[in-house]
Amino acid sequence: MPNHPIASRALAVASLAIPIAAFADGGAATAFNPKISLILNGTFAHYSSDAPADMPGFLLGGESDFRPSGLSLGETELAVESNVDDLFHAWAAISIDEDDHVRVEEAYVNTLQLPEGFTLKLGRFFSDLGYQNHQHAHAWEFVDAPLVYRAFLGGQLGDDGAQVRWVAPLPVFLDAGIELFRGAAFPGGGDRRGGIPAKSVFVHLGDDLGPSWSYRIGASYFATNGENRRTGDPIETSFTGRTRMAGADVVFKWAPNGNPTQRNAVLQGEFYRRTEHGGVIFDPDGFADASAYDGRQWGFYVQGVYQFVPQWRAGVRYDRVHAHNTLDNPEGDSLALLADDMGRDPQRWSAMVDWSHSEFSRVRLQYNRDESRPNRVADNQVFLQYIFAIGSHPAHSF
Amino acid sequence: MRKLIFIAALCALPNIASAIDVFACEPEWAALVKEIAGKNADVYTATTAMQDPHQVQARPSLLAHYRSADIAVCTGAELEIGWFPVLMSNGANPRIQTGKPGLFEAFQSVTMLEVPAHFDRAEGDIHPYGNPHIQTDPRNIGKVIAPLAQRLAELDPRHADEYKSRAADFEKRWSDAIAKWSEQGKPLNGVAVISHHKSWIYLYDWLGIKEVATLEPKPGLPPSAAHLEELLDVVKRQPVKMIVRSAYEDSKASEFLAGRSGLPAVELPFTVGADGADDLFKLYQVTIDRLLDALKKGKP
Repeated sequence: MPNHPIASRALAVASLAIPIAAFADGGAATAFNPKISLILNGTFAHYSSDAPADMPGFLLGGESDFRPSGLSLGETELAVESNVDDLFHAWAAISIDEDDHVRVEEAYVNTLQLPEGFTLKLGRFFSDLGYQNHQHAHAWEFVDAPLVYRAFLGGQLGDDGAQVRWVAPLPVFLDAGIELFRGAAFPGGGDRRGGIPAKSVFVHLGDDLGPSWSYRIGASYFATNGENRRTGDPIETSFTGRTRMAGADVVFKWAPNGNPTQRNAVLQGEFYRRTEHGGVIFDPDGFADASAYDGRQWGFYVQGVYQFVPQWRAGVRYDRVHAHNTLDNPEGDSLALLADDMGRDPQRWSAMVDWSHSEFSRVRLQYNRDESRPNRVADNQVFLQYIFAIGSHPAHSF
Repeated sequence: MRKLIFIAALCALPNIASAIDVFACEPEWAALVKEIAGKNADVYTATTAMQDPHQVQARPSLLAHYRSADIAVCTGAELEIGWFPVLMSNGANPRIQTGKPGLFEAFQSVTMLEVPAHFDRAEGDIHPYGNPHIQTDPRNIGKVIAPLAQRLAELDPRHADEYKSRAADFEKRWSDAIAKWSEQGKPLNGVAVISHHKSWIYLYDWLGIKEVATLEPKPGLPPSAAHLEELLDVVKRQPVKMIVRSAYEDSKASEFLAGRSGLPAVELPFTVGADGADDLFKLYQVTIDRLLDALKKGKP
């Protein structure tokens, strides 16, 4: 009988009666409202080089531009979440970028009542492939995305679609999922988005290692295609072909006796391999230099962040990507850049320190020695960033 | 027909053999479930006495145990808000969701203290349902016994009678123990203390202890040097007897203030599993003993 929807709703109301009664007048009205939070973030950025943010061996797309030089407002993110009813939970994150463009970052419903460890997610969401990909930018440990995310995924993979996920009934954590996407997100995109142009599969395994350590490891595979996908500004480059990506991710967390309040550490790394096969056209509406294109690329990052006293953390990161591409006709700027894999892999060293007065505020100073441009020209980058959260208390996934 | 009965019996067999799978958010509720359910429950404890139950992360191990549990027994009142919602949305367990009998929140059985009249984060990390550290008063444990036994009986009707009789037996021993502790704790009535965090208001409410300040300038913010200097002033002006912290809290701030003020610093277990607090009875016995001990030291 408790499974009858009416009965369980009555139970829900009954169980809420005490806290509502505990509120002063007016409190009851807010008890049913969704959780709402607003993330404010802003950056001061300095770059020693003002050369374009190109990366040899890659056509960049998605959100791969550097943050604007000088003072700028980053993405302002409004997140709203709530149970829809006893079967569904909904989450939406709307962001407004520094140029006042409003974007739906995520908007999905997920199931709460499917049996046997299954969950279904529908809508727009960040893919669960890898480790950092599902985290919103304000939860990242560094101001910017790893180079491998920037080069392979345009910063982060989020798309419209559906996800089926299964959590195994085991004493260790094991989950696996499959995602079907519209294929609008970089490195896919362009025309003909019918059918299921993009899909991913992922698996994660995790557990504790004694009282102070925990880990999660994962593997993922992603396939998509582009059909006259345009990237580049002001002169565009078109890509038509398929992209395959496979990777592994690992995160270890440490906190003495599992208590992160005083000191804790997070070590994480991800490795991806990507192949692309198809054709590219430089300036399709002008010069229209066309070439066949075969790409074999890999990239990784490793990073560690250590909270040495309450409120203060320091971290380092190393990034590297590698491309080995074949183009039969590398004419035109972007195609010459794509063909440029002279053994000088783009790489970057980063160090950061951040201070969090409370769970709701964070200020971060970061230095990058960025050698991701052609010929490994060094760019010394300095960022000062703030991230503030107002509204309901956040819950963070591992 | 006989074959059918045999098959039906076989199917039922795993159910008879298997215990109810309990996910206890905090050690005190794990201990209480064990008192009430005995061998009928398989209890996993998500946090330890060395952890701040507000600060743990939704680690993969917690997700794995949440996934298979029949019931989660938690304090609620947003104590677990930093991690439990992640289990509910990613743990794929239809039994433990809001409004389901598999989610037992102990705070609903007790009277909450420090329910804020208005919410402003400038006041620190306050909880709209009130102070969630209800387990520091053994009378609150007493109030949770019957509803918890009732819920376990609902989920596992075959052992309902056992839960009820074990709960009644425990309730009797518990009220006797509370009477004893209340008597032992009488000298603590009216004593002024400084606490690390606002963790003890239910304990203080029970024993009549007065909290005049906390080492944290605001709930959830770590003690600062400037605030500790202010507290030295408070100690001079008011007859504070001791500085109280829990086993999981860093001892530096309270030892610093103790060194500067001459007051004793006392570490209390906060929950089952801390040094000396092997079960619920020892938890409060150790708490009372250490407070009385500190009171003696504070009277030179």
